[in-house]
Amino acid sequence: MENIAVIVILVSLGYFFGRMAENKHYQSIREREQAFLSLPTTSTKKPMGNIDHISHVQLVHGNVVISVDYFKRFLATLRNIFGGPIQAYETLLDRARREAVLRLKESCPDANQIINLRLETSSISKGDSERIGSVEVLAYGTAIYHQDSNAQAPIL
Amino acid sequence: MFVTNIEDVPGKTITVCHGIVSGSTVRAKHMGRDIMASLKNIFGGELKGYTELLGESREQAIERMKAQALQMGANAIVNVRFSTSSVAAGAAEIYVYGTAVNVE
Repeated sequence: MENIAVIVILVSLGYFFGRMAENKHYQSIREREQAFLSLPTTSTKKPMGNIDHISHVQLVHGNVVISVDYFKRFLATLRNIFGGPIQAYETLLDRARREAVLRLKESCPDANQIINLRLETSSISKGDSERIGSVEVLAYGTAIYHQDSNAQAPIL
Repeated sequence: MFVTNIEDVPGKTITVCHGIVSGSTVRAKHMGRDIMASLKNIFGGELKGYTELLGESREQAIERMKAQALQMGANAIVNVRFSTSSVAAGAAEIYVYGTAVNVE
């Protein structure tokens, strides 16, 4: 009986705080994505526009480690019985990816474009008897600065 | 030093290719961070300690790769790739590799 009570408390804590945190995070993601709309980011290997204007290039990256809450883990355990999509995990990974890309952009606000953006996801808690369900998302790409921009001097 | 993850440095030509350079670091998290992480496990959200830890190790791996390239006399590294793997419980290896070249 006590065990069930503990689980119910953990699940409801996870539900309320996890939900609150997720809504807050989504709101901040949307706001910051709006602010960075002017910075084109592509996964192509060739820069857009005239390459003669490029003053320098730089490798940039952004990462985030995000943990799933108790409620979502509980849902996922149920899903494991019946199968089907686990929406709770989908939003978790979506948040993590968008956050990683935003951090990458925030690390080079003066860049004119970012090309060859790559995303890598890894579970960093493997072998930890699945105690911590957390994932790391890394976004990396090449930032391109044009000559006319007021970027800092090339790093050579 | 130019570091890119595309096959060339835009606006420059590759003159000499020196071969593969790489940097790696294995880091373990400390107890305090682990306790915070288990709390976060209930409420969900970002594990800031881990984010910083992995960010720092990645910087270190890049520095090691750059040092190796400098030793070879290269002035750019192209086609850089990252890889992360958990080698043991509570420890992660960050590996970064690329091709050292000379550009003009």
